[in-house]
Amino acid sequence: MNRNIMKLGIVLVVLYVALFAKLNWIQVVDKESLDNNPINTAKVRRDFNRPRGSILTADGAVIAQSIANPDTDSEFKRMRVYPEGELFGQSTGYFSFRYGSSGIEKQYNDELSGSTFDQQVKSFGDLFVDRENVGNVSVSLRKDVQQTAQQQLGDREGSVVALDPRTGAVLGAWSWPSYDPNTVSSLDKAIAETSWKTLNAAPGVPMRPHFYQDRYFPGSTFKIVTAGVGLQTGKVTNTEPSYPFTNGYTAEGTDKPIMNFGGATCGGTLPEILRVSCNSSFAEMGAETIGPVDMVAGAGSFGFNSSVPFDMPEPAKSVFPTNVGNNQPKLAMSSIGQNDVQATPLQMAMVAGAVANGGVIMKPHVLSEVRNVQGEVISTYSPSKWLTPMSPFAASTLLDDMVGVVKSGTAAGMAIQGCQVGGKTGTAQLGTEPPRSHTWIIGFAGPPGKPPTVAVAVVVLNQSGGSESTGGRVAAPIAKAVLQTALAAQGGC
Amino acid sequence: MTGRRNTELGLMLMTVVIVCAAYVLASLGSESRIPANIIPFLVAVIALFMGAHFAVRKLAPGADPILLPTVTLLNGLGYVVIAGLNEKLAAAQATWTAIGIVAFVLTLWWVKRPRDLERYRYTFAVVGLGLLLLPLVPGLGYDAGSGSTIWVKFGPISFQPGEVAKVALAIFFAAYLADQRELIATSQWKIGPFRLPHPKYLGPVLIAWGVTLLVMFYQKDLGSSLLFFALFLVMIWVATQRTSFLVIGGGLFAAGALFAWRTLDHVKVRVDIWINPWKTPSGDGYQIIQGLFAMGFGGLTGTGLGRGGETRIPAAENDFIFAVIAEELGLFGGALIIMAYLLVIGSGLRIAASTDQVFDKLLATGFTLLLGLQAFIIVAGVLRLLPLTGVALPFVSYGGSSLVMNYVILALLLRISDQTSKRSMNRAASEVAA
Repeated sequence: MNRNIMKLGIVLVVLYVALFAKLNWIQVVDKESLDNNPINTAKVRRDFNRPRGSILTADGAVIAQSIANPDTDSEFKRMRVYPEGELFGQSTGYFSFRYGSSGIEKQYNDELSGSTFDQQVKSFGDLFVDRENVGNVSVSLRKDVQQTAQQQLGDREGSVVALDPRTGAVLGAWSWPSYDPNTVSSLDKAIAETSWKTLNAAPGVPMRPHFYQDRYFPGSTFKIVTAGVGLQTGKVTNTEPSYPFTNGYTAEGTDKPIMNFGGATCGGTLPEILRVSCNSSFAEMGAETIGPVDMVAGAGSFGFNSSVPFDMPEPAKSVFPTNVGNNQPKLAMSSIGQNDVQATPLQMAMVAGAVANGGVIMKPHVLSEVRNVQGEVISTYSPSKWLTPMSPFAASTLLDDMVGVVKSGTAAGMAIQGCQVGGKTGTAQLGTEPPRSHTWIIGFAGPPGKPPTVAVAVVVLNQSGGSESTGGRVAAPIAKAVLQTALAAQGGC
Repeated sequence: MTGRRNTELGLMLMTVVIVCAAYVLASLGSESRIPANIIPFLVAVIALFMGAHFAVRKLAPGADPILLPTVTLLNGLGYVVIAGLNEKLAAAQATWTAIGIVAFVLTLWWVKRPRDLERYRYTFAVVGLGLLLLPLVPGLGYDAGSGSTIWVKFGPISFQPGEVAKVALAIFFAAYLADQRELIATSQWKIGPFRLPHPKYLGPVLIAWGVTLLVMFYQKDLGSSLLFFALFLVMIWVATQRTSFLVIGGGLFAAGALFAWRTLDHVKVRVDIWINPWKTPSGDGYQIIQGLFAMGFGGLTGTGLGRGGETRIPAAENDFIFAVIAEELGLFGGALIIMAYLLVIGSGLRIAASTDQVFDKLLATGFTLLLGLQAFIIVAGVLRLLPLTGVALPFVSYGGSSLVMNYVILALLLRISDQTSKRSMNRAASEVAA
């Protein structure tokens, strides 16, 4: 009988070893994916009843704060409110007991709740002092820029991103449709659940921060990338080559030409073709002058196909097709921002920023600094380079060319009195009848003769019309107003 | 003999220190202050557990020294976690612990020799079955919200008679098998290619076992059914040493499980949420998913005692207490609990292997299996290693009936152990005399 008892013991030990193995799996291997599951509220719950810092804009507006719960019977002592509502909804994100957190609330959760290593160490001396050990997070976003973007875009779907190309600081990031995080963050279960369901079912996905998580065809704004790659590789200059005047370009391996808008005839050197946004010339530039290897590498050097080091949760990658080696028609289409090219508004703002900042793309960010409740700075964001797609020379050449597009080209609507402004329009046709398009504009502005201090990207979705002027007509006034507001905050041109 | 007791005393003191420290830490974790009732708590813990120790010293001086401290640790940690969840439940659990330890001492005092129990085998069988059927009596039984009608209410006191029945029936099985095992093992009853023991010899246990399974199954108490099935099978296997029982039993189990899964909705739900709880994250899968979240969030070192988010897990103080421990104490705490049960299993089986009395051997095996397998069934359910079938985590979960009966089991295991060492002492003494 003892042999069987021993066997029983062995079986039980094996069963318990299996328990231990599975426990390891859950608590170590699977931990991260469990923690990050969107319906897991563990992190939020940990923080929900503790003090939590505020989020403030660069111009001093409070966009998220914790206040005492007016309902004293509630199990929650505090509630999270968003005084600016939908204006900053997609940036702050929500902080919900039921649905976890998103946006800055999620990204800077540790800072807000005072649980970073630095904060813990610094608060160690306060162990026996009754003081809230939280961080107030200041962001580079500005309420005035945000409001301008909101008014200008109105009820059209789209995104506006403005950033300081010298630091990568995002000054404004507005997308419509947006949402009011007060609803989802409500302590009232019914309100939170109803609004969560409504928002998830709503057209346009209001809770998604479109400006960095949604991708669209960049259309002709992508020609700045193509031109930048051409200049950087030395294959294109302001004088060479001069592209043939024609109404379309036919790549090798196809008999379907890429037509210019309205069948117009255009051609010439880089400044000329950029001013009129000449499809045939840029298609030839990408497909033949630059070629597939440099085009793919060049797009990559501008940030395409790379994870974006943005300090917000889950930034989307912009895409440039890499399978264009033996496919000249595809390369030609891609070189003018069509086919499989897709870019986030943030990415296109960084393209304009690269031109403005001497060829360097800074890491995009929203954080400025974190302060404790006494107002002392705990940590400050220090800007750093992300990519260098162009030499200073190539960048300054392209800057002049883009200024030319505003002076006497498709982006004339962006011009600001007394400032140096450069830009590029885009109209990504959706292939509908009657024609509808995503209309784009990217650009920069600053004091004349000095490096530009603001870069901008605007996309307005699903507009009627399909001509190259559409982008200028629809998007340029928005970009201009946003640039003006941002420049005014910097002290004007 | 005193060596064993001094070992136990040392381990008990360590355990008491750990439990008290855990209690203070839990209060610091959730309320940021030293608990106000720390002195009464300390006195109660020392009085209860040291009382148990001195009872063993007096009544079973030769008993195994590992079991009591291990169980004390499980019981104490369970209490600390329950206290963090719900103060009312904690008060009740403290009372039940006291009753459990009184039952422990009384059992040690009353049962001087295990074979005193052997004589009452049929009494135990009848009492066990009667208790099991009690909740089915109209007006007596009720469902405490778990979906199983396993509770009985007499005035203000409610308890789970099934917990008592498990112990009574294990005693019956052990006694019957000890008596009849040779006949069962050698008798032949050919059906086709199978050689089965003659039903004449197996009849009484088969009836008791069948009725038990039917009743538990009817009460939708899947965990207990599984436990009981395995208990019977293993005991008969150990008694007769015929592997064919395991094969036939395993086949029966597979067939029964398949049938239940196909035809019974509540079984199908359990299997479905085991295979994929994410399909119904706020419905049937909610409990298991919240358990996984909690354990994952605990990670390696845990969130700290008293700092779990355990209120989100339904039945956190009972079936899912392991998830709470693994959240608050992390992988280290979870591993500690697993190792504690391995210690219980090791000690229990060593007691079974050491004794030369067949009844004692079978009883110790059965009791060890009751504790070890029950802990495995619920932890495996919480970890999604097996479909979740709600049973209590022995000594840890909130729940009076199971706690008290587990202390009775512990007392009987210690009694068997004490008898064995007494016998070997006597033998040694008589050899010296000769």
